[in-house]
Amino acid sequence: MPSLGADMQHGKLVEWLVKPGDYVRRGDLVAVVDTDKTVMDVESFQEGVVADLLVGIGETVPVGTPLARITQTPAEVGSPAHEAPTPRAPTTAHTVKPQHPDAPGPALGPPIAPPVRHLAHRLGVDTGKIQGTGKDGAITRADVEHAMAARAGGTSRVRSSPRARRLAAELGIGLSTVTGTGPDGAVTVADVQGAAAKVPTPGPPEPGPPEPGPVASAPESPAKGRAPSEEARERVASLRRAIGALMTRSKQTIPHYYLSTTLDLRAAVAWMQTVNAHRPVAARLVPSALLLKAAALAARDVPEVNGFYDDGGFRPSAAVHLGVAVALRRGGLVAPAIHDAETLPLDVLMEQLRDLVSRARAGRLQRAEMADPTLTVTNLGDLGVDSVYGVIYPPQVAMVGLGRVMEQPWAENGLLGVRYAAIATLSADHRVSDGLRGARYLARINELLQEPEHL
Amino acid sequence: MNEQDARAAVHAAIGEVAPDVEFDDVDEDARLRQDLELDSLDFLRLVETIDKATGVDIPERDYPAVATVKGLIGYLTQHG
Repeated sequence: MPSLGADMQHGKLVEWLVKPGDYVRRGDLVAVVDTDKTVMDVESFQEGVVADLLVGIGETVPVGTPLARITQTPAEVGSPAHEAPTPRAPTTAHTVKPQHPDAPGPALGPPIAPPVRHLAHRLGVDTGKIQGTGKDGAITRADVEHAMAARAGGTSRVRSSPRARRLAAELGIGLSTVTGTGPDGAVTVADVQGAAAKVPTPGPPEPGPPEPGPVASAPESPAKGRAPSEEARERVASLRRAIGALMTRSKQTIPHYYLSTTLDLRAAVAWMQTVNAHRPVAARLVPSALLLKAAALAARDVPEVNGFYDDGGFRPSAAVHLGVAVALRRGGLVAPAIHDAETLPLDVLMEQLRDLVSRARAGRLQRAEMADPTLTVTNLGDLGVDSVYGVIYPPQVAMVGLGRVMEQPWAENGLLGVRYAAIATLSADHRVSDGLRGARYLARINELLQEPEHL
Repeated sequence: MNEQDARAAVHAAIGEVAPDVEFDDVDEDARLRQDLELDSLDFLRLVETIDKATGVDIPERDYPAVATVKGLIGYLTQHG
């Protein structure tokens, strides 16, 4: 169980994305974990064959507990020839789990929802020969399609990452129809996305098996059977407790100091409006994207705001992984990171921002995004406040607050005019920097915004 | 587009962007940003969703006109 944030003590396993016998590479997503804050995908830290899953679905374990045993093997083991579709392994935990409610009575096969059985029947796939990857070993649409693809390609099964497989299943794309560009022709997430872009509109999806719904459907969850709204309330309460504990620690250990400055956004907003006028909605920028990029670039110039403070003192970070505080619509907030934000072209940063916010709200963040922001920005101005002074997320050493972008009276050279402006604030750690450097940081953000075309 | 279709499109789009909003409780004078708490990214997605569903692309200069539920319905009725 990896640490998915400085304040995390334990995590609950809600979904396995791999099964024993699967070949995983470093970085492949293998499991879904529920922390007090959000539900996150966890990737493998090593390459090899999954030998054993050590933690069952629904179990809560402390950080540091091994989740699975992965055997290091030569790459050939994972090659197509050796990966014939395996009959259901009798040793896995699946067999002792209670039957899935949708299962066809007390049959011997793994649980399978009627629409999936129908699909298998239509495709001529023998479900007895498929190892289910769904809840309780249930056979999912993806499994059936996978088996179909394996058969269509003779002995060569379609190699793919678990994440690509899941995405393909979600989009209703058969993996066999996707040309893989990964190692040994493996289908990657990008390949699936590429294939999805070519399909005009995915056909009306047949009613599939109940989606994994990671939180609500964990089989041994104590919340089982309760109304979803009650579970949602509990989730909000638990998130509230986690935020409270972290912020208390921050205020008790970090000597905060606070600064603010007014950013002159005349040039930035004018440039953005010109650019947006020629763009379709989907490609338009929002002021936040420009502000975030400037905040990231400025952190490169003033490294005292970017990094971690721990027992060994301050460790500045070479890269700027910019945490973005995202308010969740049902209450609470999370602050996942946009990695290497200072190096991203504005359009890419905008795209990642949209992606990050929508996934944060859907509760689908990845481990790395939650664990390692080096500096966090809160953008409450977007919801109407003039300025916001944030509380630093330990072990980070600064928090930038962005207020509302609005037209303001602006005096310059004895003349009064109207300009777009916003108040930027900095909460910073006095153990690491003083007001002088903090002031330099805010001033640098303002300077960078005067040349928006270079952001 | 008649007002009824426009209203349906607006409800569907808001339902997608902010699934927690209960329309029974929403006054049509409600402001999207302040009352429904849509941030700038939510708003962009709303405009995008409406564009996809109805073909009405709301340019940035018209954003002030569509700041409320009523304004948005009126805009679609005129331009759709």
